[in-house]
Amino acid sequence: MHNFDFVKPSSVAEAVAALANEDALPLSGGQTLIPSMKARLNAPETLVSLTGIDELKGVCVDGGSLVIGAATTHATVAAEAASHFPGLAALAGQIGDPAVRNRGTLGGSLANNDPSACYPAAALGTGATVVTNTREIAADDYFQGMFTTALEEGEIITSVRFPIAEKSAYAKFLQPASRFALTGVFVAKYASGVRVAVTGASENGVFRWAEAEAALSQDFSADAIADLKCSPDEMISDLHGTPEYRAHLVGVMTRRAVAAAR
Amino acid sequence: MPKDDGIGASTKRREDVRFLTGNGKYTDDINLRGQCFVHFLRSDVAHGRIRGIDTSAAEGMDGVLKVFTAADFETAGGLPCGWQVTDRFGEVMQEPKHPILAEGKVRHVGDPICAVVAETYEQARDAAEAIEVDIEQLEAVVDMKAALAEGAPKVHDELTSNLCYDWGFVEENKDAVNAAFESAAHVVSLELTNNRLVANPMEPRVAVGDYDPWGDSHTLYTTSQNPHVIRLLMGAFVLNIPEHKLRVVAPDVGGGFGSKIYHYAEEAFCTYAAKVLKRPVKWTSSRSEAFISDAHGRDHKTKIELALDADHNFTALRTETYANMGAYLSTFAPSIPTWLHGTLMAGNYKTPLIYVNVKAVFTNTVPVDAYRGAGRPEATFQIERLVDKAARELGVDPIELRRKNFIKADEFPYQTPVAVVYDTGNYHATMDKMLELADYAGFEARRAESAKHGKLRGFGIAHYIEACGIAPSNLVGQLGARAGLYESASVRVNATGSISVYTGSHSHGQGHETSFAQVVADMIGVDANSIEIHHGDTSNTPMGMGTYGSRSLAVGGSAIVKATNKIIDKAKKIAAHLLEAAPEDIELKDGKFSVAGTDKSVDWSGVTLAAYVPHNYPLEDLEPGLEETAFYDPSNFTYPSGAYGCEIELDPETGKIDILRFIAADDFGNIVNPMIVEGQVHGGLAQGIGQALLENCAYDDEGQLLSGSFMDYAMPRADDVRGFTVDHSCITPCTHNPLGVKGCGEAGAIGSPPAVVNAAIDALHRAGHTHVTHIDMPLTPARVWAAMKA
Repeated sequence: MHNFDFVKPSSVAEAVAALANEDALPLSGGQTLIPSMKARLNAPETLVSLTGIDELKGVCVDGGSLVIGAATTHATVAAEAASHFPGLAALAGQIGDPAVRNRGTLGGSLANNDPSACYPAAALGTGATVVTNTREIAADDYFQGMFTTALEEGEIITSVRFPIAEKSAYAKFLQPASRFALTGVFVAKYASGVRVAVTGASENGVFRWAEAEAALSQDFSADAIADLKCSPDEMISDLHGTPEYRAHLVGVMTRRAVAAAR
Repeated sequence: MPKDDGIGASTKRREDVRFLTGNGKYTDDINLRGQCFVHFLRSDVAHGRIRGIDTSAAEGMDGVLKVFTAADFETAGGLPCGWQVTDRFGEVMQEPKHPILAEGKVRHVGDPICAVVAETYEQARDAAEAIEVDIEQLEAVVDMKAALAEGAPKVHDELTSNLCYDWGFVEENKDAVNAAFESAAHVVSLELTNNRLVANPMEPRVAVGDYDPWGDSHTLYTTSQNPHVIRLLMGAFVLNIPEHKLRVVAPDVGGGFGSKIYHYAEEAFCTYAAKVLKRPVKWTSSRSEAFISDAHGRDHKTKIELALDADHNFTALRTETYANMGAYLSTFAPSIPTWLHGTLMAGNYKTPLIYVNVKAVFTNTVPVDAYRGAGRPEATFQIERLVDKAARELGVDPIELRRKNFIKADEFPYQTPVAVVYDTGNYHATMDKMLELADYAGFEARRAESAKHGKLRGFGIAHYIEACGIAPSNLVGQLGARAGLYESASVRVNATGSISVYTGSHSHGQGHETSFAQVVADMIGVDANSIEIHHGDTSNTPMGMGTYGSRSLAVGGSAIVKATNKIIDKAKKIAAHLLEAAPEDIELKDGKFSVAGTDKSVDWSGVTLAAYVPHNYPLEDLEPGLEETAFYDPSNFTYPSGAYGCEIELDPETGKIDILRFIAADDFGNIVNPMIVEGQVHGGLAQGIGQALLENCAYDDEGQLLSGSFMDYAMPRADDVRGFTVDHSCITPCTHNPLGVKGCGEAGAIGSPPAVVNAAIDALHRAGHTHVTHIDMPLTPARVWAAMKA
């Protein structure tokens, strides 16, 4: 790891100012950035910690939504969202391992947008709103391909608003080594319809499976999509699975999520 | 009943207190005054010609002491290979030089090119980034068969081809074996891969070199399973340092599994650089570096065929194996696919004719050498997969087919057609024990229950034999070993009766400090807490060959028994003098010497004190003191065996396999510490199941490692291995070592992979997927699903 300066502001405004330096990077839980720095793949001059900013933390219900501060850890979400939004809490509770869950944050995960991360599926699957220091971004506009988002340089996610579903669940099939999602599917049922978001499978990052959404909006049951097949086009091919296998898993995991939804 | 701390007692491991409280002293904990740090600049291409190296910028950077290249090692030898295999035509293997730093060419990703020594580790890394290496990338050879094709790029330009050797065993049997296939009633064949693995011990490798200019003497602290072997190889063949000027210390070592047997370039580098710089030089491997610099394991491709007569007796077996050596010959690499593999191809069976052909191949990959089991897992996997397939094709019970062909309990000692003589065993007993513990009779009911939940349940069996306790030195010498394979021990009894034992074995997790003390305590009848076991330092232990091949108790323990017997003989003479009796009338029991048939006695400490304060002592007949050394050279290998049963559930929707039950019924001969034995089996099973389901060291066509970190290389986790039933009550003691022990360290890793794969195939067949006759390891969900869909 190369040397770097470290600042830990206590307000969003101070953090934004610190990030004006073009070689500065925001640091939240550090579960991706720190390993990449240790491997010398990333060498920021300054790390701006976001974990000392109280306004970025916490879980609260606001109307029909659950609002989660961007610097809230997965472990906190797993614990505090459980009674309000069990599907979302369960997703947070199966990210990584206890060490990851006690360091990693919602905002960090969404800003990184790893194609195999869990939180992007929850954000897209609920039609969440990503709130930043400057604006609000709908999840459908936010995710723009693997490791790519709508965030501007220096823009900080402050919180995320998740519309609370009538029923929801996340079904994750583990990549055997990393235990990221080889394929993970978040299913959420709303009065307005059903949303299905898939992570881990596509070369384009998290995506919505429109055909399944249509079928499930008609009939929210695993049987409704029993014969539905997801296309393997543009699916990831690697040591752990072919595009065909991932496409197959999308179907299996979607049905399991529907069956488990509560 | 065993004594609390004698042979047979599950004494808690005394070393665990320091390990579990973070107080172990590992090589990386050694920091010497004035120490500097080395970082190796390693090749990021698999094959290339070095056109030039510009180190000038790096040399001027902060903290940099020196940048080394191959030019600094012109007077040094290459890393030696410890075993020379002779091929089926009588020619010796091709043996390329393995330089400390790459000379002219790089041959695998990770091949070290330059070494930067600086005041801090980070400075060394910074400077390494400033080195410009001009490499002309060459076409890499990764696939073994492609490497042997006409016109394939050569890993070593000076060799005639990428073929290291073409070995046949037993070559004289080849025609008879082929004839037996011609006349066979049934022939069953299988092509399979034994997947390449990365050992990944918890502690990565570390080396610290130190030099004392006033004594012109060197010390190397290193993560080794065999410090004396390193001293001999490095001193005599690489750096030309005589043994009396070279001390090698391997302190606490956090696992090895074979990967820390070998002499590595980094060890020679740190030893040499310490003298050049007149400062201690330290290297600590990162995990990423370990993936591309620790020797890998396995990596065989095999076609195996079994001939049977009309009554399903095995009549002949033949194999053709391609064994990957990687880019250079690691210390014991040539012996693994040959003598540690071919000699086990009889398995537990009375197959009268066997022919094994092995082609060892150089490729642009990390060198491959022994990994837990070393050759024997490869043999067992082939045999036990094939026997299972034979049963399926013949429509007979795989258990009965095995029983029919087992060597029977009254047929030992048994001369196999592949050179070795099994001394003892009872394979029917271990099979029966395993089936009983597995509640095999209840399997159908459990399968029906799984089916209700949409899961496919299967039961897989494997029976293994291994050859441990390597080995008779005169025999391995004939087979090409460039070393003896005895073991040593010194027992130093102190004046007040406490005992210091110095063993040539090395403990890197096996619990020797506990179990070796149990042996001595049991023999003398003293408290094990009065005995300390020392290992790992060539300056105070007798020349020993170290720990691998499940040899420590069978060979090292036997040396301790021998030395302790010498101690007891002498102590009896001292006691006889003190008790005014004849030595032959002295009995030793529970730490007390007495004259048979009398109440005259003297206790242990009375004798030991007399030995060192010889006021009343037969000085004219006996030297003072009580210290003895023994070397033990075994007369045969030991032959542990066992029956393994694996019960799995397979999710047909995803292809995921869950191991529900795993039963290991082993015959390890006599047991010194049952708890330690159980732990060794647990660890071996975890690694074997890891190989079967998870671990996969994969390269792409250009020789880039695809699974170069734990993000892609799947290690077994606790929830992958949810509990084992381990039994070692079937005991046929080894007949040729004093403890009657056989060795237990590798069994789990040898017997479990075929049991797991057989269970998966069983589950698929029972569910009607009969077209799936084999799936190559690891049986990842993706592979299982693809096989079902094929």
